[in-house]
Amino acid sequence: MSTEIKEKELIKIKSKEAFLSKRRKRILVDPLDENNPISIQVLGICSALAVTIKLEPTIIMALSVVFVMVFSSLITSLIRNFIPNRIRIIVQLAIIATLVTLVSEFLMAYNYEMFKVLGAFVGLIITNCIILGRLEAYAMGNKPYESVLDALGSGVGYAWIILAVAFFRELLGSGSILGFKVFEFIGWSSFPNNALFVDSIGAFIILGIIIWVQRSRNGYIEN
Amino acid sequence: MADLFNLIIKSAFMDNMIFAYFLGMCSFLAVSKKVSTANGLGLAVIFVLTFTAPLNWLIQKKILDEGALTWISPKYATVDLTFLQLLMFIAVIASFVQLIEMIIEKFSPALYGSLGIFLPLIAVNCSILGGSLFMVQRDFNISEATAFGFGSGLGFYLAIIALAAIREKLKYSNVPAGLKGLGITMLITGLMGLAFKTFIGMTL
Repeated sequence: MSTEIKEKELIKIKSKEAFLSKRRKRILVDPLDENNPISIQVLGICSALAVTIKLEPTIIMALSVVFVMVFSSLITSLIRNFIPNRIRIIVQLAIIATLVTLVSEFLMAYNYEMFKVLGAFVGLIITNCIILGRLEAYAMGNKPYESVLDALGSGVGYAWIILAVAFFRELLGSGSILGFKVFEFIGWSSFPNNALFVDSIGAFIILGIIIWVQRSRNGYIEN
Repeated sequence: MADLFNLIIKSAFMDNMIFAYFLGMCSFLAVSKKVSTANGLGLAVIFVLTFTAPLNWLIQKKILDEGALTWISPKYATVDLTFLQLLMFIAVIASFVQLIEMIIEKFSPALYGSLGIFLPLIAVNCSILGGSLFMVQRDFNISEATAFGFGSGLGFYLAIIALAAIREKLKYSNVPAGLKGLGITMLITGLMGLAFKTFIGMTL
């Protein structure tokens, strides 16, 4: 009896809340800046920096991560009440691994060149801590629609950071953007390409500076 | 033998998991605030990488590759299971980590005390899965795979110990507010990477 009433109440609350209410908008927008998964939470740096030498593979990588995040959150959230607590990590990893396999097979079929460029790093999306982190922290305890919003927010928050890193690395390291030679176009063909930015070191330094700028802007200070 | 030793040195210094491939960055940044904890995590990574690399090598060569199942029966010569690679590898890593955790807890409580809490973290450490994927990509044999696993683990260990030592000193310095924590750590990692680059081209 009481559960029935509770359910009815829940349905009422559900129907009352707007499709993009203020609370839900916060869930979506928070990870973009104030709670950014990379620059504030220090997650998911592993699998992505290596692909940021050029902008194009980074775009593919960002799209793949957003795809895997949104769908793994959706699936986990749908079956969250049936996952035994003790083996939840394995279940979550299996869901993620299945989606990543889909992405990697899709890339292999439709864009083999890109698949070769990304190489093992597509597979390494599995161990991207942001995805597992969001599943553990959010999707395991929240409704599907909100989990998808949360995953989308975190995914895009991650995407813009790695796209920014890739933009500067390609511009300074290869003098181009998406393969378009910027410096030759503006007539500065003597611009020396800085090999440091093609190398991994450039990525660390650019990311460090992006974090600095972003944190000074939103006032987040780490102890 | 000399080849294997070379491979260990190469994967520890020149192809360092962190500075060359960015693998294992999450735990590298999160667990490098103190030398003692960094030591625990580093040892656990060496341990797990050394064992999962040959284990996954066996799985790749005996189960997943096209025609790998012929040791059961010749009629499986056309079976190609490589699409299961990611799923198999991560399952092996996760269950191996679980197994190790139970064994250590049972037989060496002291080691479990210092290593135990880091073991679950390692299942999602990218350097472990990355080690297995690279080993397949580079076509190693089983002893090379083991040496590669050990060398990569060693590289991770050296890097995280060095960073933790620097960060312990850094606590007493006056860093600009926005750069505190992650920002300055990224810059330091970049400079450390620059130092590791000097090993390029070295052979024994």
